[in-house]
Amino acid sequence: MKTNDTSRRDFIAAGLLAGLTVAGCKSSKSNPFDSLADNQVKPSGEMVKLLGVNGEVIEVDKAFLKPVPDLPPISNEMARRGIAGKKFVMVIDLSRCKSVKACQTACNHAHQIHGGQNWIKIYPLQEAEHTAPYWQPTTCMHCDEPPCVKVCPVDATFKRQDGIVLIDSDRCIGCRFCMAACPYSTRVFNWEELELPKEVAEKPYSCETSVPQKKGTVGKCDFCPDMVRKGGLPHCVSACPNGVFMFGDMLEDTVTNGAETFRFSDLVKDKAGYRLMEDLGTKPSVYYLPPVNRNFPFENKEPQTETKKS
Amino acid sequence: MESIAKQKIIEDLLPQKFGKAGKIWVGALLFICAIGFFAYYRQLSKGLVVTGMRDYASWGIYISNFVFFVAISLVGSLITAVLRLSDVHWSTPLTRIAEIIAVSAITFASIIIIVDMGRPDRFYNLFLHGRLQSPIVWDVIVITTYFFVSLLLLYFPMLPDLAILMKFKEKTGAGLNKIYSFLGAFWKNTPVQIHISEKAINLLSVTIIPVAFAIHTVTSWLFATTYRPGWDSTNFGAYFISGAFLVGAGGVVVAMFVFRKAYHLEKYITDSHFDKMGKVLVLLALLYLYFNVNEFLVPAFKMKKPEEEHLLGLFTGEFATVFWFAITTAMIIPILILLFKKGRKPLPAFVAGCLVVIGSWFKRYLIVTPTLLHPFLPMQDVPASYRHYFPSWEEWAIAIGSLAGALLIITLFARIFPIIPIQETITETEQHENENA
Repeated sequence: MKTNDTSRRDFIAAGLLAGLTVAGCKSSKSNPFDSLADNQVKPSGEMVKLLGVNGEVIEVDKAFLKPVPDLPPISNEMARRGIAGKKFVMVIDLSRCKSVKACQTACNHAHQIHGGQNWIKIYPLQEAEHTAPYWQPTTCMHCDEPPCVKVCPVDATFKRQDGIVLIDSDRCIGCRFCMAACPYSTRVFNWEELELPKEVAEKPYSCETSVPQKKGTVGKCDFCPDMVRKGGLPHCVSACPNGVFMFGDMLEDTVTNGAETFRFSDLVKDKAGYRLMEDLGTKPSVYYLPPVNRNFPFENKEPQTETKKS
Repeated sequence: MESIAKQKIIEDLLPQKFGKAGKIWVGALLFICAIGFFAYYRQLSKGLVVTGMRDYASWGIYISNFVFFVAISLVGSLITAVLRLSDVHWSTPLTRIAEIIAVSAITFASIIIIVDMGRPDRFYNLFLHGRLQSPIVWDVIVITTYFFVSLLLLYFPMLPDLAILMKFKEKTGAGLNKIYSFLGAFWKNTPVQIHISEKAINLLSVTIIPVAFAIHTVTSWLFATTYRPGWDSTNFGAYFISGAFLVGAGGVVVAMFVFRKAYHLEKYITDSHFDKMGKVLVLLALLYLYFNVNEFLVPAFKMKKPEEEHLLGLFTGEFATVFWFAITTAMIIPILILLFKKGRKPLPAFVAGCLVVIGSWFKRYLIVTPTLLHPFLPMQDVPASYRHYFPSWEEWAIAIGSLAGALLIITLFARIFPIIPIQETITETEQHENENA
């Protein structure tokens, strides 16, 4: 995945460079000195081989290679449609979780969530008095029958073809019906103006990054489609030191936590995976592996939270 | 002889200028509304953070106030439509009271729902991007329909009265006369007009019954279409409708008493009206009690795990005081008062009506918030203040301000228009006399 990423970057860099040269040629006709002054780069003498647009190998001086700042942001329409031919799933292995909360921290950081609210919650749960307690992290379940989407009056929260449920914070009217409808308590509301760094607050909102969150609208876990589009993993997945979260494409039948990759169907079959509140018929996209043969003992350092049946 | 009686009726029922008490009353209502406006200004500038609502209790007294308004507005259809179509005549003097309660309550139901929105500036999205599958959109459609049908049901029967009012320019004043002639100058009392008007009223009376059922059933579905314990109930539509008729009838009894006292209408709103409305209230309270038994006792018999916490919270837990207060004041005490003939005298009936209205307001609060505070998964990873709900002063100010606003509309309406239909009263007196003769 990493190598793929690099080669694509280089490819785009080469493309941009070609474009620049053309632009440079054009402008040099009118005023050759101006354009030269703008692109004042001293050749380093070190040449790099690149794949050209037509498949030929070309050589470029290393000094001309510029990192691409980021892929251009995608349109609202594309963000609403989703990625074709994908069905994203997550597997959460409860036997590996010891409530490090690195997932939560990374998520909050990436989405600029403050004030004690969290999109990822880590519950200390116990099914019954004499059964074993365990940690259960929850993200948005990205249900295939999402109750939140059903009740939204303005199509501000929607289900995409790749299975991801997102929120358009530029459209949300803040009625909070989706919060009442969600049985997993996954949605949070921006009760006040958020204290965001100026450069974040001024960015146009994107459904795929869910940033910047806006006053008077609902927010929630988005499965980080911006990372996924770049070939990366959601922030919680890559942040977890214990590999609790596995993310992938159900149609590829593969999930990975970054270090290990599993065949999704085998993993869920072998470890008896299940989904939360199956009886409600919401058909979540998040699967859980039961907390058996655990890597860590259960230690709850927050005694104020009562445990309850899921 | 006849014309003297007619003259007396008109004189008694013409709108009267506010006395001292009336002026104080209007001033107080305006003051309460102003505080509400100030609180809403604060909410608009700071966001919903000024309320006591947080992620778990994401709906609070705004929504319960909304349900209360929708509920009380149903009485318009009960008194004007149901009783009219079943050929009950004693309710004629009460029709306009019921209808103005309906119109003002449904107006403030729409206002309070906008107050609850996080982004009222995006209200237009409901029309731009509205999706028919959302119960909120159903609610927008039926509430708008109900508002206009109610308005017409208030307006059409008033046309003959407007013609009468226009003849008394020196008594009502030039300003009001302009309103009357704007609204009713075309009314010439011709047989054709009367025929069309009667037909329209009958048609509207038939229309408003399903629409009234729809507004409150859809409002109940805002809750019942979710999975949450306490809301996930097939009983909800009927439970809401019966409660709505109860609080509406209670509201009418209160209004009857106040108007009778303020405008000296003892001859028109008689003891017999209180007696009959008292009986109606008992019937409706018993009906609502029946649906309450279904709503709480059946799940309590099973005590399913997710329901258990919610039910125990109501019966013996943190909401127990409010719960038993609401049940006793909205149903049990009014039934006990109104079952007796002496209890159906104006004053005790008025007290019972007040109890019904107050108890019903708290009942709506209990329908909305406790459920939200008992989610399926335990509350986790939230600040301590998110675990409880108590309305902030801004919420109280806005909620009470909206109630004051509704009362203000009713008060001003009664100042401008005859609160008891003049023409219908004359017609019925004449009929009565003819029957006697």
